[in-house]
Amino acid sequence: MSELTTDREIDRSKMQISDEVAIEISKMNKWYGTFHVLRDIDLTVYRGERIVIAGPSGSGKSTLIRCINRLEEHQAGSIVVDGTELSSDLKNIDKIRSEVGMCFQHFNLFPHLTILENCTLAPIWVRKVPKKEAEATAMHFLEKVKIPDQAHKYPGMLSGGQQQRVAIARSLCMKPRIMLFDEPTSALDPEMIKEVLDTMIELAEEGMTMLCVTHEMGFARQVANRVIFMDQGQIVEQNEPEEFFNNPQSPRTKLFLSQILGH
Amino acid sequence: MSGVHAHTVAYVRDTMLDQKEPPSTSVGAIGWARQNLFSGWFNTILTIIVLGLVAFVLGNILPWIFSPTWNAASLSECREILAAAGSVSDHGTSGACWGVINERWVQLLFGFYPSHLYWRPILALVLLCVALAPILFASSVPAKLIYFSALYPFIFPWLLWGGTVWGPLAALAGVVIGYVVYSVLSERVNALLGLIVGVAAALIWWFVLSGYVVDGLSSILPIGLETVESRNFGGFMLSITIGVVAIACSLPLGIVLALGRQSDLMIVKYLCVGFIEFIRGVPLITLLFVASTLLNIFMPPGTNFDIILRVMIMATLFSSAYMAEVIRGGLAALPKGQYEGADSLGLDYWQAQRLVIMPQALKISIPGIVSTFIGMFKDTTLVSIIGLLDPLGLSNAIRADANWNGIVWELYGFIALLFFVICFAMSRYSMYLERRLRTDRR
Ligand SMILES: Nc1ncnc2c1ncn2[C@@H]1O[C@H](COP(=O)(O)OP(=O)(O)OP(=O)(O)O)[C@@H](O)[C@H]1O
Ligand SMILES: [Mg+2]
Repeated sequence: MSELTTDREIDRSKMQISDEVAIEISKMNKWYGTFHVLRDIDLTVYRGERIVIAGPSGSGKSTLIRCINRLEEHQAGSIVVDGTELSSDLKNIDKIRSEVGMCFQHFNLFPHLTILENCTLAPIWVRKVPKKEAEATAMHFLEKVKIPDQAHKYPGMLSGGQQQRVAIARSLCMKPRIMLFDEPTSALDPEMIKEVLDTMIELAEEGMTMLCVTHEMGFARQVANRVIFMDQGQIVEQNEPEEFFNNPQSPRTKLFLSQILGH
Repeated sequence: MSGVHAHTVAYVRDTMLDQKEPPSTSVGAIGWARQNLFSGWFNTILTIIVLGLVAFVLGNILPWIFSPTWNAASLSECREILAAAGSVSDHGTSGACWGVINERWVQLLFGFYPSHLYWRPILALVLLCVALAPILFASSVPAKLIYFSALYPFIFPWLLWGGTVWGPLAALAGVVIGYVVYSVLSERVNALLGLIVGVAAALIWWFVLSGYVVDGLSSILPIGLETVESRNFGGFMLSITIGVVAIACSLPLGIVLALGRQSDLMIVKYLCVGFIEFIRGVPLITLLFVASTLLNIFMPPGTNFDIILRVMIMATLFSSAYMAEVIRGGLAALPKGQYEGADSLGLDYWQAQRLVIMPQALKISIPGIVSTFIGMFKDTTLVSIIGLLDPLGLSNAIRADANWNGIVWELYGFIALLFFVICFAMSRYSMYLERRLRTDRR
C-alpha cells in the first residue's frame, strides 16, 4: 500500500466542515436473507466532511454506502440524506440519487455512449437541462478531470484510470452535494491510482462531502478528517486519521492496520 | 559472467533498411490459395475432393437450369422441346420446364389481386422501404423521415385493402385523441391515470364511435380506393404482408414481455411467464387453426373478423414469445453494474431501460432477434395449410392444373429463391448493424 499519494501540498482553505448535517444514519440494520450484514449502524456526516471507511473484506463497507443511495434497501432504522428520509417512496429515492453521486470499483460507464453522452445523459433526462448547456457543463468537468480531448471516444477505448475519472466527471455533472466512492482505485494499476486519487483530492479541496471506501491509507491520512473502521457489519472504531493510525484502540483495528500497512 | 561482457561487441547501425515487398508466395492470389487451400497435405487433399464435388454437382445442375423451355405452354410442350434439343436421359427428358414460371410468376407474386391494381402493392412496398430507411439506416438518411415511418402503418392497409380514405384517417384520429387525453390528464392529475384513460379513450373511439363517423363522412365525401377482398390476397405479397406486420409488432411486444418477465410485480411477472411458456409450448400451426376456425365460435355471430388480420395477430403473438426470450438473454448478459450506474444517476425505471439497458440488451441480442425474424418470415408459408394462397398454396393450385401436372422442382426452386433473397438480406443487415454498433474498439 502506498503511504503517500501526492507530493504536492494540499490546499486546506476550503475544506471546512459545517454544522449542517448531510447524512444521518441511526440504528440502521440490514439483512441479506437471514445474514445480518449491517448491525445498528449510527453515523452522522456533516457537510464538508471527508470520511474514509476501511475494514476487512466482507465487513459490509460497500453495503453501507450503497444503502445511502438505496442501491440496497435497509430493513430497520433510518437514513436521512439532505433532510429527506429514505423510504420506499420512489420519488424520494430518485431525488436523493440525483443529489448523491457515486463512483464504483468497475466504473459502470455506459459502453454504448460516448464519454460526452455518458456525462450529459442524466442532466438532460433527470434535470431536464437543455442539451447545449449539459454539454458545456460536461466539458467543464471533463477538463477538470483532465480528459476533455477524449470526449467523443467510447469508454472501451480509454484506460482504466481515464474511465474512472470520466465516471467521477459523470457524477459531478449532476452537481451532487455528496459523493460516495466504493473502492474507486481497486481495479487500477499504480500509476492510474495516482491520477484518480489526485482527482479525488481536488474534489476534497473544493469542499465536497465525501464518503470513501478505500484501501489507500495514504489518501486517508492526507485527505480524510475521519476514518471509520468496520468489521462484521459494525462500526468498530472511528477517529481522526492521525489518532487512528498512530494510536488505534481496538485490537481488531490494530490487527487490520498491521496487516494492511505491513508493519 | 564477466566473460560474457567481454565478448559483447558494441554495435551501431549506420544505414537504415528500406521497406521491401513481401515474397510473392505470401501475397496476391497465389499467396491466398497457398495459405487457405493448400497449407499442408491434408488441406490439399480436402481442397481437391471438395472442388471435385462442386464440379460434379454443378455439372449436373447447370444443364438442367439452362434449358430452352421458357416459352413452353405446358409440361408436355417442355418435353417436346427438350427431346428435340437432344437432352434425353434414361428417365425421359432431363431439363427444367421454365414455362410454368413464365406463365405464373405474376400470380406467384400477387395471388389473385386484381391486375389493374398491381400498382398498389408495389407502391406499398416502395413506401415500406422509405419508411424503413430511417429505422434501418438512421445515420445516413434525414431524421425527419421518421414521421413518415410513423404514418406508414395507416397508409399500408389502406393501399392494400382499399376502401374509404376516412378509415385510416379515423384510425389516426384515435391515436391523436388518446395522446391528447393522456397529455392533459398526466399534467393535471398523474401519468398512470392519464395512460389508462388515454388508452381507453382511443379504444372507445376505434371500436364504438369511429364506425359512425367514417360512415357519415364517406357518404358525404366518398373519396377512396377500390376495395380488394382478403380472399384475393395471395402469393409473395401475402407472405410479405404477414411477415412484415408480425416482425414489426413482435419486437416491441417481445420487449414488453421480457421486461414483464423480470418485473418485481408478481402478477405482471406470472402473466408474462404464462403467456410466453404457453405460446412456446404450442405449434404455430395450432394457433393458425385456432385463428381460422375456433375464433369464429367465440365471436358474437355476424362479426366479420378478417382472416388475414387473425393470422397476423397469431403470427405476432407467436414470434413475440420467442422474441421475449431472446431479449431476456440479452438482458441477462448485461452486468449488474449497468443497472446500478443508471440508478445511481437518478434515472427512473423507464429512463434506465430506454437509455441504458435496452440499447445494450438489444445490441447483444441482434443475432437472435434476426434469427427469429427470419424464422417468422419462413413460417408464413404455414398459412397455406389453413387455405390462404401464399406461394406454397398457389404452387399446389398450379400443379393441379392439367398443363403443369407433374412439375415440382421449378416451382419450389423459384419460391425458395425469393425467400432466400429476403432472408439473406436480413442476415446481411444484421451483420452490418453489429459492425456499426461495435463501440469497444474502432
Ligand atoms: N447480494 C448479496 N446477497 C447475499 N449476501 C451478500 C450480497 N452482497 C454482499 N453480501 C455479503 O455481505 C457481506 C458484506 O458485503 P460487502 O460487499 O458490503 O463487503 P465489503 O466490506 O464491501 O467487502 P470488500 O472489501 O470485499 O468489497 C459479505 O459477507 C457478502 O458476502
Ligand atoms: Mg466492497
